[in-house]
Amino acid sequence: MSERILAIDGLCAALSPRGRSADGAALLRAVSLAVAVGEVHGLVGMSGAGKSLITKAILGILPAGIELTGGSIRFAGNELIGCPEARYRQLLGREIALIPQDPLTALNPSRRIEAQMTDVMRLHLSLTRRAARARALALLRDVRIREPEAVLRRYPHELSGGMRQRVLIAIGFACEPRLIIADEPTTSLDVTVQKEILRLIRDLQRRQNTTLLFVTHDLGVVAKICQRVSVLHAGMILEHGATADIMAAPRHPFTRALFAATPRYDAPAEALAPVPAAVLSEIAGAAQRFDAARRG
Amino acid sequence: MTRIESGRDLIRAEAIHVALPDRGRRRLFGRTPQVDILRGVDFRIGRGETVGIVGESGSGKTTLGRVLLRLLQPSAGRLYFDGQEITAADQETLRPLRPRMQMIFQNPLSSLNPRHTIGEIVGAPIRAATARAALRDRVATALRRAELGPAYAGRYPHQLSGGERQRVGIARAIVGEPSFILADEIVSGLDVSTQAQILTLLRSLQRDMGLALALIAHDLSVVRVLCDRVVVLWQGRIVEQGTCAQVFAAPRHAYTRRLIAAIPLPEIDDGWFDRPEIDADIDAEA
Amino acid sequence: MVESPGATPRRAALLLRRCVGNYRILGGGSVLLLLVLVALFARQIAPQDPLDQDLIAQLQPPTLAAEGDTAHYLGADSLGRDVLSRLIFGTRVALVVAVIAGPLTALVGTGLGLAAGYLGGWVDVVISRAVDIWSSFPPILLSIMLVALLGTGLTSVLIAIVVIDWTRFCRVVRAEALKQRHMDYVDAALVSGLRPRTILAREILPNILPLCIVLLTMEMGIAIVIEAILSFVGLSISTDMPTWGSMIAEGRQVIYQAPWIMTSALAALLVSILALNMLGDGLKAEFDPVLR
Repeated sequence: MSERILAIDGLCAALSPRGRSADGAALLRAVSLAVAVGEVHGLVGMSGAGKSLITKAILGILPAGIELTGGSIRFAGNELIGCPEARYRQLLGREIALIPQDPLTALNPSRRIEAQMTDVMRLHLSLTRRAARARALALLRDVRIREPEAVLRRYPHELSGGMRQRVLIAIGFACEPRLIIADEPTTSLDVTVQKEILRLIRDLQRRQNTTLLFVTHDLGVVAKICQRVSVLHAGMILEHGATADIMAAPRHPFTRALFAATPRYDAPAEALAPVPAAVLSEIAGAAQRFDAARRG
Repeated sequence: MTRIESGRDLIRAEAIHVALPDRGRRRLFGRTPQVDILRGVDFRIGRGETVGIVGESGSGKTTLGRVLLRLLQPSAGRLYFDGQEITAADQETLRPLRPRMQMIFQNPLSSLNPRHTIGEIVGAPIRAATARAALRDRVATALRRAELGPAYAGRYPHQLSGGERQRVGIARAIVGEPSFILADEIVSGLDVSTQAQILTLLRSLQRDMGLALALIAHDLSVVRVLCDRVVVLWQGRIVEQGTCAQVFAAPRHAYTRRLIAAIPLPEIDDGWFDRPEIDADIDAEA
Repeated sequence: MVESPGATPRRAALLLRRCVGNYRILGGGSVLLLLVLVALFARQIAPQDPLDQDLIAQLQPPTLAAEGDTAHYLGADSLGRDVLSRLIFGTRVALVVAVIAGPLTALVGTGLGLAAGYLGGWVDVVISRAVDIWSSFPPILLSIMLVALLGTGLTSVLIAIVVIDWTRFCRVVRAEALKQRHMDYVDAALVSGLRPRTILAREILPNILPLCIVLLTMEMGIAIVIEAILSFVGLSISTDMPTWGSMIAEGRQVIYQAPWIMTSALAALLVSILALNMLGDGLKAEFDPVLR
C-alpha cells in the first residue's frame, strides 16, 4: 500500500464558543480522508458542505470565528493541528501549496506578475532575483503560456481568466511541493479553457508526482482527473472510494441523487431530478444525532 | 395569452450588428475606437418555442439577449416583435410591448432591489395597470407558481437563499403573463441541486403557459434540459444552429465540436484528454 | 411549496423601534434635541440679556473659578456681557443655519448628482466639469468673496454655504447613482416598462437615501462651521446677535486673560458637530437593511 501523505482522522470543527448557535451545530463532523503519495483525490460536495473549511484547516488558515474541536490532520506523518506557526510557515508554499479558486482576488492587483511569482520562490528556495526570474519564465513555459516575458511584466487585470489561472498553477507548482490543494481551480473558467487547464494540471502532477487534493462541486471534473473521491455534505463524508467504482455504482443515496441532479447534454431532459427532500432530511437527521452524541 | 397566427415568428432579428466603444482605449479627443460585439446575427423564435443561446465569454450572447429585449439598440440590422419593427423604437413606443417580453437575470442578488419587499418586486411589472386588490392576488399567484408561499411577499431579498431569490426572479417574469421570456444564465451561480429545481420549475412553467423561452447559457447540458433548439455563438457570430438532438449528436462546425468535446461528463473516459480537437481556425487566447 | 417562516411586522414600526435602540441615534439625537430646546427657549433659559453690557463685570471669570460669582456662570466677556447667555443665544444662529443650509445644499447637490449619474452623456460631462472647477477653489476664500459680493446677512451666509458645499453631495451621489444604474434591478425595471423618472424615484433613490442622510448630518455640521468661520472674520450676520464664531473671535483677543470665552464657544461647536455626526452614523446603520 502506498504511503499516505495526507491523513485526516475524525476532524471536527464548530463555531467558536462566542458565536456558537444554541443547538451547537457543528461545521465538520468526524471527517476522515486519506490520500496516498502521487494520488489525485477529489473532494466533491455542494457549496456550504464544508469543502473549503477542510482545505483551510489543512493550511492552518481557519477564519476567526471557527475552531477545530477534535481529530487530527497528519501530513507525512507529522501532526498539523497545534503545529507552531513558524513550522507552518516553513511548510506552506514549500511542501504544501494552494491553487486558489478566484484568480482575480488571489492575485494582488497592484503588483506585477513577476513580483508575485518570485516572492514565494525567493522565500522558500532562497534564490537570487535573477535565478528566481529564470525559474519563473521556465514555469510559465511549463503552463504553456506563449510569451512568458510579456506576461511577467503584466498586472493581473491585463490577463484573461485562463491566463491568470495558469499563473496561479505555476505559483502552486513552483517549489515542487509534495501536496497541492486545488480549490475549485476551474469553476470560473469557460469549458474549453477548463479542459486545457485540467490537462495542464494533470501533466504537471504526473511529472512531479505531486499529490493533489482536488476540491470541486462538479462530478464531471472528478471523473476526468481524480483517481479517488470523497463525497461531502453537511460536514460529513458520506461516501468515498475509487472514482471508477463510484461513477459506475454509487452507493449512498446522496451520491446517487447528485448524479441524477447533474444535467447531461446526452440525456433526455426528463432525467434531471433535484436532490429529494427525503435524502437531505436523512442526512440532517444523522448530523443532529452526531451533534447530540458529542454534546452528551 | 392567445395563440393565434402560429405562422409568424414572435421575435425576428436580421443581420444584427452591435459595436460598442472600447472602454479600455477611451480617448480624450476624437471618437473612441469601437469593438464589434455582434456581427451579422440572425435569430428567430416562434410562440411557445424554446431556444438556447450558447457561447463562452466574449461570444456576445449577453449582448444578443439585451438586443432581443431592446435594452440595447443594435448598430445595424432589424428587429421585429410580433411583426412590429422595434429596431429604433424609443422607450415610449416600447412601453406597451414590455409586459409581453420579460427577463430573468443571472445574478439573483443584483437583480432584486435590496430595499423593496418581494411583493413589491414581483408586482413591479403590472403595478401601473392593476388595481391594488387585484395586484396582491396576482403577486400571490405568481409566487405560488414559482413554488414560494404567499408569506414571502413581505420579506426582503437579503433574507432569502440564492435559489429562493431566483424563484422571485421567475415570479416577477411571469406575473404579467408574457409571451416571451429571456433567461440570462439563470443557474450559473447555483449549486447543482438548486439548479435542477429551478430548471424543472421553469420547464413546467414554460409548458403550462406556452411561453417562448430564450435561454442564454455557457453550459450545453443546461440547454438540453430546457430547449428544443440551440444556437451556438462564437466571437459575435452564429456558427451553428439546429435542434438540440441534431447539434449535439452531429455537430458540424469545428467550434461546436470543440465545445462538446470539452464538456466533462460524469463518467470514466480515459481518452478524454487525448481526443484530437480541431483547433485550426479557432484560436482561443487562453 | 416553500413556506416562509413568520410574517414581517409593519416596516415603519420596526424601524422606529430599532432607531430608539441604537445608542448613536439616541445619544446624538438627544443632544440635538437639547440644542433645539435651548435655541427655542433661549429667552427663558438665558440668565441675562446677551446684549446687556455691564462694564463693572468686564472679563469676570466663571462661577467655579477663583474670583467668580453667581451672576455669571460662565463669566463675562470684555464688554461685561454674560458668556452663558451669549452661548445660549448663539445656538439659534447655529441651528438656523444648519437646518436651512444643510438640507438646501443636500437638495442641490443630490439633484445634480443624480442627474449626472443617471442621465450620463453631456449632462454628466457638464456637471462633472463644474464640480471639478468649483472644488479647486479654496472654500473659505470663495465664501469670503461671496459674502463680500452679496453683503453680510443671514441670506448671504446661507447662499454661500450652498454654493461652496454642493459639490460634496454631487460627487458622492453621482458615484452612487452610476453604480446603481448598472445594477440588474434597474434593467429589470426597464423590462417591467417603468418610466425613467419612476425608476429614479423607486429603484435608485431609496438606495441612495442612507448615504444622503449621513451626508446631510455631516453637511449640517459643516454649515455650522462655515458660519462660525464667517462670523469669526466678521462677515456673518450683522446684528448684535451673538454667534459662536464671533465669540471665538472676541475670545481670541483676550485668550490669556479670559480663556473661558473662546473655550466655551469652541466646546459648543464641538458638541453640536459630534452630535450631528453620531446621529448620521446611527441613522445610516439603521436605514441600510443589507448592513444589518
